[in-house]
Amino acid sequence: MVAQNIFFGIIAFVMVVAALRVVTTKNIVHAALYLVIVLAGVAAQFILTGAEFVGVTQILVYIGAVVVLFLFGIMLTRARIGREVEVDNEKRWLAGLVALVLFAVMSFALVDAFEDSRIESVSGGTPQLTSEVSDAIFKDYLIPFEAASFLLLAALIGAIVVARRE
Amino acid sequence: MSDFLRSYLTVGIFLGVAVVLVSALLGLSSLLRPSKPTPQKSIVYESGVDPVGTGWAQSQIRYYIFALLFVVFDVEAVFIFPWATRLEAYGLFGLIEMGIFIFILFLSLVYAWRKGVLRWV
Repeated sequence: MVAQNIFFGIIAFVMVVAALRVVTTKNIVHAALYLVIVLAGVAAQFILTGAEFVGVTQILVYIGAVVVLFLFGIMLTRARIGREVEVDNEKRWLAGLVALVLFAVMSFALVDAFEDSRIESVSGGTPQLTSEVSDAIFKDYLIPFEAASFLLLAALIGAIVVARRE
Repeated sequence: MSDFLRSYLTVGIFLGVAVVLVSALLGLSSLLRPSKPTPQKSIVYESGVDPVGTGWAQSQIRYYIFALLFVVFDVEAVFIFPWATRLEAYGLFGLIEMGIFIFILFLSLVYAWRKGVLRWV
């Protein structure tokens, strides 16, 4: 357990530094690439807690697909990519406030749900099997699972409508 | 540390060795090689032709649609993997559920196809 805590600390430190670079870097393409480090850190933390399937999914979907989408999104804009530009604007304090509220709500939800229970007592100290994930999807979360497909359909249709030249 | 994490420690060590090896080799070569930069040497290699403009160019929106299609089918694949591990236990129910899921996502592909965004012009 000690080794796990040490690795958690190292990965968390790298994640925090990379996350700070995401918002402080002057080059928005670099910001997306720093985001890759943060998301890889999330995957590593998942594996550290024994959630192998979720960790691999994190790499496959977020690093493999979502960041690619972000990069193309950035490269589409007329924003001056690649050059060192002033990317701050006057609304940054408001954005900071929103981030703070989001942090408060999420940490409250986490603490409220798990209180001081330890990871071993939740997972039984064994890595989570993919079949357990499957059982959760097809028993408790069946409606969200089907809703996810509708959400993806809506996102794709929306993007095609916006992108297509009429 | 559990057996599970110990097996991932191997991955970590492999990663560390890879980083050390690459940085050692590149560092060693940059120490040993002579360095005489000229403006001609530092321009971007573009198949032997002088490059026009900068590397930072605005890309076409078509790429964005392809990236989004990739996200959609990546997520679809991710949901199929756990389902496949318990395929027999779910039987017909699982087949119908996954059928609905795939059908809805297939509609998005049909839509993209009908709107002609899959065509590469």
